[in-house]
Amino acid sequence: MNSGDTAWVLISTALVLLMTIPGLAFFYGGLVRRKNVLSILMQCFIILCVISIQWVLFGYSLAFGPDFHGIIGNLSWAGLKGVGPIPNADYAATIPHSVFMIFQMMFAVITPALIIGAYAERVKFPAFLLFTILWATFVYDPLAHWVWGTGGWLKSMGALDFAGGIVVHVSSGISALVLALLLGKRLGYNHKPIRPHNLPFTVLGGALLWFGWFGFNAGSALAADGIAANAFITTNTATAAAGLTWALIEWWHNGTPTILGTVTGAVAGLVAITPACGFVNPMNAMFIGMIVAAVCYLAVAVIKGKLGYDDSLDAFGVHGVGGTVGTIATGIFAQKAINAAGADGLLFGNAHQLLVQGLMLIVTVAFAAIMTFIIFKIVDALIGMRVEEKNEIVGLDLTQQSEAAYTVIE
Amino acid sequence: MKLIIAIIPPHKLDSVKTALEDVDVHLMTVTNVLGQGRQKGVTEIYRGAKEAGGLLNKIRLDIAVNEDFVEPTIAAITKGAHTGEVGDGKIFVVDLAQCIRLSTKERGSAAIG
Repeated sequence: MNSGDTAWVLISTALVLLMTIPGLAFFYGGLVRRKNVLSILMQCFIILCVISIQWVLFGYSLAFGPDFHGIIGNLSWAGLKGVGPIPNADYAATIPHSVFMIFQMMFAVITPALIIGAYAERVKFPAFLLFTILWATFVYDPLAHWVWGTGGWLKSMGALDFAGGIVVHVSSGISALVLALLLGKRLGYNHKPIRPHNLPFTVLGGALLWFGWFGFNAGSALAADGIAANAFITTNTATAAAGLTWALIEWWHNGTPTILGTVTGAVAGLVAITPACGFVNPMNAMFIGMIVAAVCYLAVAVIKGKLGYDDSLDAFGVHGVGGTVGTIATGIFAQKAINAAGADGLLFGNAHQLLVQGLMLIVTVAFAAIMTFIIFKIVDALIGMRVEEKNEIVGLDLTQQSEAAYTVIE
Repeated sequence: MKLIIAIIPPHKLDSVKTALEDVDVHLMTVTNVLGQGRQKGVTEIYRGAKEAGGLLNKIRLDIAVNEDFVEPTIAAITKGAHTGEVGDGKIFVVDLAQCIRLSTKERGSAAIG
């Protein structure tokens, strides 16, 4: 046991909590119209409450518990039975098992919260809640087991995902796209502008995401060591490069750089470096940041408009596409010289790694898409996913929560 | 009695207010409003999506005056806001049927100044 490692992972846990609330909550909250801002804050907040409970009751055991044929953990750690101060050497030999558990909890929390961006401004609250619980249980927990759990079949194949490019970002991003397609466009989409109501909120949230992401990525080293330091540096470098690149592309394409674009680019950079941060060097991280900004810009500003789906806050365009770029980039730029526990990528003579990354990507996309489709159909049949037209026009704050964010008269 | 309604760009409020004070017009109501005239609003860009036709921020002044203050008030607003470009704004003058000062209960012309 190492007290430095334990302290770092505990602090990282709190940093990752900060990403969901207030980070993501305000990043998304600023992007919606004023009549829906509380619905976003509520969804992010209640996800932290709900998934924290789910994780303790059975989620952690499903994801990381003793393996059942490589596909799921069994329930012997339900209620955190046996998950205490004694380290579990399979996951992290130098910190208490309970610290590893709580760190992973925050990942399970933020992943369904990312999906909110796809159904923002038109989802029924009870349907959102049921969807979230089912998705966490039947998509996130198995996937986390496959990629990170001891005995998980993708982990056994040597697939690399340092901090959750696949498990967190591709899974939520693909699910977001499926939801946006199934749910349909917001009323008035394409006919009148649907403008962000408070971009300073979005910038504040984006900045908190960047800050919290140091815990997400560098914390994933599960130790206060050189690999954590490398992850910290690659995270910051890729993010800076992506924010700058997005601003420059906008400048060239539209004539002005925007703060929304710069923040969006930075988040895309954070997403893309997530699977790679513990395996690549800083110069390649910079390159990954530049690439992901260009690809996500294309997805969000050009392709989305042409295809015409309403991914309201670009959960797919940033997390799905960015996670995909990062997962492939890991298979290209990973090097054992950075992390001996990792693998060499294509650039370092190991084409096989790229193949494994590609397989993991295809499996995740297919699994998340199919499961999201099924869960959507179940919830839609039971409760109805989308609010009535009248309620969508009035806004979710008043119709789903009976409260208003802003008063006009005191 | 007339009610003078002026729509001007926000950055002209200071110069208009100064010009009005120079002709002894001190009483006014000021509101933030949205609108567009011949310059047709602004184009905003969100994540690469261009959204034209956004309404512009404008200032609306409501000023109640007696007959002999009508032309000086119009002249002052014009002096403060005129540049010759589209987007300078407009002045509307309408008849005012009644005016009541709540503190003294005075009515008509006596209540305006």
